[in-house]
Amino acid sequence: MGAIQNKLEGPVTDELALVQAAKRGDDSAFEELVRRYDRNVFRIAQHITQNREDAEDVVQEAFLKAYGNLAKFQEQSKFYTWLVRIAVNEALMKLRRKKPERTVSLDEDIKTEDDSLPREIADWSPNPEQQYNQAELREILSKTIQGLPPGFRTVFVLRDVEGLSTEETAAALELSVPAVKSRLLRARLQLRERLGRFFQKRENGDNKRESGDGDR
Amino acid sequence: MKCSEFLTELTNYLDGVLDEPTKAELENHLSWCHNCYVVCDTTKKTIEIYRDSQLYELPDDLRTRLRAAIMAKCQQHKKRGPQSV
Repeated sequence: MGAIQNKLEGPVTDELALVQAAKRGDDSAFEELVRRYDRNVFRIAQHITQNREDAEDVVQEAFLKAYGNLAKFQEQSKFYTWLVRIAVNEALMKLRRKKPERTVSLDEDIKTEDDSLPREIADWSPNPEQQYNQAELREILSKTIQGLPPGFRTVFVLRDVEGLSTEETAAALELSVPAVKSRLLRARLQLRERLGRFFQKRENGDNKRESGDGDR
Repeated sequence: MKCSEFLTELTNYLDGVLDEPTKAELENHLSWCHNCYVVCDTTKKTIEIYRDSQLYELPDDLRTRLRAAIMAKCQQHKKRGPQSV
């Protein structure tokens, strides 16, 4: 069992050239940056807000903020990382407005040390995603990730769906590298456990779960 | 290596950032501990399923509409000056 392969990002070589042209007032260069990253920003926004209209707003607001603050962008980090930081903040603000009774922050999620220790060990069927059609699978994945705290799903989407490095994720979220790693581990384990309800090996035609009794 | 130690290193292992001795120790643990093998394998599958799922893809028509709206707002911003964002 080897390491997972990261999704390759698009070429970044001319990103700086586009940013510099946009800074000089070339709107077609900025539009190219929108074209390059709008899908990513939308995906991140919808993962965090779990709402399509909110995600649309976040895409618009994030790019508009980036446009308005382009002069302040120092070019020491990648434009994309800077844009993601703006988008994540916008998305979290949307959540806060909707759930004012709950504090929504990236730091709210620390519970106990073992809150995500695997309780369910049963193996999955060999190609679990093929048990469902695409629409059903998306519904399962969407519902499952909705159950994670916002701070966990934000780290998961940046690292595992968008393929940002741990360091880039830390920079985008203004978290330390160990904090990103800890949240990522918990997010991965919690998603795994929740998905297990749908993907476990079926025994005798039903979804009966096996019990794990390892030496943990 | 205990199961709890394995779990601590799971993310580093899946991300391929472990040094060789730790990786070897972890793979040795996986070779005899079925539970950890299953946890590792299904965690890897979890990541792959999400990555390949095309969840929340931006439809082309919405994409075009959003881009037009963004560029129109940028134009307005340019006319009004930098205080408007």
